[in-house]
Parts: sequence; C-alpha cells; structure tokens
Amino acid sequence: MTLAPKKRGDLPLTPLSCPTEGSMGNTGSWRTFRPEVNYSKCTKCTLCWVFCPDAAITRQQDDSPKIDYDYCKGCGICANECPVKAIVMVREEE
Amino acid sequence: MVQRVVDTANHLAGYAAKAAGVKVVAAYPITPQTTIVEKIADFVESGEMDAEYIRVESEHSAMVACIGAAAAGVRTFTATSSHGLALMHEALHWASGSRLPIVMAVVNRAMGAPWSIWPDMSDSLSQRDTGWIQFYCAGNQEVFDTILQAYKLCEDERVFLPAMVCLEGFILSHTYAPAEIPDQAKVDAFLPAYKSGWVLDVNKPYSHANLVSPEWYMEFRYLIQEAMENAKRLIPQIDKEYAERFGHAYGGLIEKYRCDDADLVLLAMGTIGSDAKLAVDKLRKEGLKVGSARVRVYRPFPVEEIVKLAASSRMLVTLDRHISFGMEGFLGSEVKASLYGQQDRPLFSGFIAGLGGRDVTAETIEKVAKRSLKMLDAGRVEKETEWVDLRE
Amino acid sequence: MIKEVRIHGRGGQGSVTAAEVLAHAAFIEGKWVQAFPYFGAERRGAAVKAFARISSEPLLVHSQVYSPDYVIVLDPYIYRVVDVTEGLKGGGVIVLNTKKKPSEIGLEGWRVGTVDATGIALELNLLVAGLPVVNTSILGAFAKASGEVKLASVLQAVKETWSGGVSEKNVRATELAYERLKKWWDGED
Repeated sequence: MTLAPKKRGDLPLTPLSCPTEGSMGNTGSWRTFRPEVNYSKCTKCTLCWVFCPDAAITRQQDDSPKIDYDYCKGCGICANECPVKAIVMVREEE
Repeated sequence: MVQRVVDTANHLAGYAAKAAGVKVVAAYPITPQTTIVEKIADFVESGEMDAEYIRVESEHSAMVACIGAAAAGVRTFTATSSHGLALMHEALHWASGSRLPIVMAVVNRAMGAPWSIWPDMSDSLSQRDTGWIQFYCAGNQEVFDTILQAYKLCEDERVFLPAMVCLEGFILSHTYAPAEIPDQAKVDAFLPAYKSGWVLDVNKPYSHANLVSPEWYMEFRYLIQEAMENAKRLIPQIDKEYAERFGHAYGGLIEKYRCDDADLVLLAMGTIGSDAKLAVDKLRKEGLKVGSARVRVYRPFPVEEIVKLAASSRMLVTLDRHISFGMEGFLGSEVKASLYGQQDRPLFSGFIAGLGGRDVTAETIEKVAKRSLKMLDAGRVEKETEWVDLRE
Repeated sequence: MIKEVRIHGRGGQGSVTAAEVLAHAAFIEGKWVQAFPYFGAERRGAAVKAFARISSEPLLVHSQVYSPDYVIVLDPYIYRVVDVTEGLKGGGVIVLNTKKKPSEIGLEGWRVGTVDATGIALELNLLVAGLPVVNTSILGAFAKASGEVKLASVLQAVKETWSGGVSEKNVRATELAYERLKKWWDGED
C-alpha cells in the first residue's frame, strides 16, 4: 500500500517503506490455476504448509492445511510437494 | 554483407565490441547495463568472439582489470551505470592519466538516494572531470557506430585517452529498434589493429604513470588537455570518414537541426535531443523560428560550435537531464562559460528535465520552447534555471 | 503513419517478447519499429506493460506511449484490476486472451476481440515451466483484428525467434488464434 503524497510539501525527507501485510494487494487475483485440497486424502503431513513460498497456507489445529485464496498465487508448489497428491491444480473460472 | 537487425542498444553495444575485435572485457552487472555484458558473454562462450571475459567482484575491479589489460597491449571494453560508474571513480582518473584508450559504454541511470533504476545523466556527468572523452547517443544505431568511432579516436596517437559512450537506460538500452551491422571486412578497414602509447613489456621493463613531483606533474596534465583539444578536431573528421564508409553520420560534435535561421535554439544531450526535432517541426509549422542542437560530445566540450550557434541566434536554451546541486545543469553551465568571452551574447535560460526517468515528450519540449520565446519577446529571462513539470 | 500498441500481461507471460515479435513481424514488412517494456522493476505475476510502435518512417520519438491505437491483453483477469482502456484512441481495438465472448467482457464502447489463447496452449501442450504460453498466439489474433501485420509475417517472426519443436508449436498456436478470434464489431460473438 503506497501513501502517495499529494504535494511536494507532503514529501518526507527520504522515501519510506514499512512492513505491511499484503503490500502488493490481493495477489490471489494473479492466479490462473487454484489449488484444491482433497481433505479425505490429506495425511496432515504439513509439507504443503512448509513449502508455500507466500505463507498463504496456515496449519490448522489438527495439522490440516487451510489455503488463503486472497494471497495464494497458484504457483503449484504445494500440489507438487504433496506426497499423496491430495492437492490438485484446477483452472480458475473466468 | 550488411546485416539488418531489430535489437536493443545494449545488444548492439555488444555487437560493436565484437566487431571492434575487443580482446578483454572485465565487467560487473548492474541494471540497466546487464544485457550488454550478457550478450558479450554469449559471444565469448559460443566462440563467435575471441576474447577473455573476466568476471570481477565489483566495478572498481572491472576498471582496474581493464587498465591492466590495456596496459598489456589489447583492445579493452567494459560497461556500467550509475553507482557502478561511481564505484570506479578513482580508477577512471587512473585510466586517463595513464593515457590508455579504453572504451566503456555507460548506460545512464540516476544516482541514489533515493534509489532509482531509471535514466538521467547524473552518473556520467558527475565524472566529467576524470579526463575521459564523453559521447552521448540518441539512437540504437548511433550506439553501435560511436563505439567503433571511439576506438578509432582513442587509439590515435594525438589522443590516447579513454572514452565513455553514454546511452540512456531503458529508453535506448532496452528498446528494440532497427539497426545495421556492417560487414566485418569494412569495419577492419576502418579500425586497424590495436595501438597504444605504451605497453608493458617484460623485455623492456618500465613502470608507467609513476610518482611525479610538483616540478613536472602540471606538464603531464597539460598533455592530457592537449589530447582533448586534438580529439575535438578529430571527432568531426572521424564522423565524416565513418559516414563515407558506412552511411551513418551524426554531425560530429553537435547535431544541428534547422538552426540556420533560428531565433531560438534548444540544446540537449541524448534522446531529448532527438525528440526536440519533433518539437521543432511542430513549432516551425506554426511559423516559429526554432532549431535544435544535440550536443553529441560533452568532453571535450564543443566551445567553438556553441560560439557559432550563439552568433546566429537570439536565444539559447538548454535542457539538462542532470542537476549539480548548489548550482545548475552542467550543459547549461558550460554553454554559458563558452560564451562569456563573446561581445554579443544571446539570451540564455537553463531547464532541468527528465531526472530519474521522468518522461520528456515532444510536447514538453514544445512547452519549454514557447516559454522561452515569451522570454525572448520580453527581452529578459525570468530565472537562470527552471525545473520542468515539477510537482507543486 | 505511426501506430502504437500497448500490451498488458503479468510478469513471466512474455509481454515484452510479444512486443518484440510483433515489432519483428512489422520489420519484416519493411516498417520501422520500436518495442520496449514499461521501464520498471518487474516480477513474476505482477501486472506489466510493454509497447510497440510501427511506423512507415524512421522514428525520432523516444518517449513513452500514451495514446495507443491497439491494446493486447495476455492475461484473462488483468482487465479487472487494470484499466486496459487508458489512453486508448477512439475506435481503438482491444484483443484479449479469454474464454469469454467479447460481449461478456464489459468494455462497452470499444472494439473488442477475444480468443482463448490459454485454451489453445493447453490443447497443444505449449507450456513453459508448466504454464501456458500465450504471447505468440495472441499476435495471430492481433494480426486478424488489426490488419496492421500479416499473419505470414507474424509466423515468420516466430520462426526466426524460436527453433525446432518449440517453434512449430508456437506457429500452430498462432495460426489457431488467428482462426478462432471473435471480433465484436463484426457481429461475431
């Protein structure tokens, strides 16, 4: 999220960046394919949670994964890493 | 056979280094220069180019390695931008003081802080005092041609100085446009084998550029100044010879456009100088007598050409893609300095535009011209320096 | 004559390459061309822009493209988050990669053409790192929609950029996209 200044007088001494959640906006909108978890196949090994590069998967109380589709970019790493193929990449509906 | 290609200025710089028969390239990557050295690396790897590619750990090492290679007696090339150029600073002085004809492509990029990857000329203009010849290109073909011309110039015994061939980052470096790569035999006829003023030779062991006391240092520096003056005379000759052989010409030191009867002349370097021609054509259609002069060579500064321009016009205006904090843009300063000794001087105003990649369109240049014409009508300039399109 | 094209995509889809291949195709037809990216830090997935100019005379202009004659959109979702019509000249043509029909896009008042380039890529198994390649086929659709370049020139440019099996697949995809383009203003929907 950028706080764009309106006038030159609003400029700070130097440009500032501070840590924010989702500073690029809802990157889930970048997806072409979305991961779908088959919870009956899932063995709760937590590998998908470990490997997700965007921290878009949270590890629930029972160790099963919960995917945050606001930020999941559909990279497919979770599906690739799942040892029992419980995650399938499905083309997003347009 | 002339090869007609569509490619970026960066790739064409790589083609030029290959055509020039460069034997050593020592470089460090930096945006937006990287594709120059990547192209050269491809050529070396495939065997298309018979050269040594040295991967160094910094730009400072890159320049120092080039100094070593040139001193060992081979044609040398490197490329950099912005902070990379700044990191080489002390080595730049050393290269020119050693009178080594190294050619370097500088892909113009703004200096930080704040961090910027976008084009302006602060990087190379900050190095104007290092004794390097400086060319500023306005098109992809010109980048290729100027690198070849630079080797011819630098290796002339009346010069023996290094040269920077500057091109704006992204605007030229990453823009794909048509160009011609000439037949290699023709290039070889234009550019003979590498020559330098001295070479390290284990059979005749001398060390060069050694300690000099106050008794003679000034004289060594005067020799460099003389070499720059010689370069000023040679550049238009080489440009003319190149045009005869290859069909491309750039006006030597300054590329003038519709200046002969111009009341107002717009001066700029790089692509602003090219877009200025579009502005001039539009203004001329409105009956306004405006011309543009693209300063192609900044070092040595074309003082005599500026004096000639001033003699035939009523106002000169500079657009600097640069600012020297606490003073003004360097093109502006030096145009004024060139004219100080003249009896009759035209009106002058300096504009700062396009810093950090701010786009400069033909419309912007037209606006600057109309503003200047108003000042000319009033017979006086409002401000020595104005910043164009600055946000309030 | 100068025509300006803006290409919208996501980093990694090959928007810049699309601009270069388009420029190459026009160059083959004897035009003067420029192709360049939006000059900025780009990353996989982020919205990016690339541009091309096609001219009958050598170009002196080096500034950015503000009023394109054509817009090409590589990504099926990007028009929801980016205003792809920004600066587009009146009567301008937009070519989108999408399963939807032109009337379903919601870009009222513009001449819209659509083609399912993603579908074509999946059909032909034209993938790079598992993702469908759409940047060449969309140019086949552009050739038909705009008439600014011939399909044959685009195919030649593709053949000169890639070789072997990759080239063949890209050529086939481009031909299919040319055939399957739906043009809104021709009543095909």
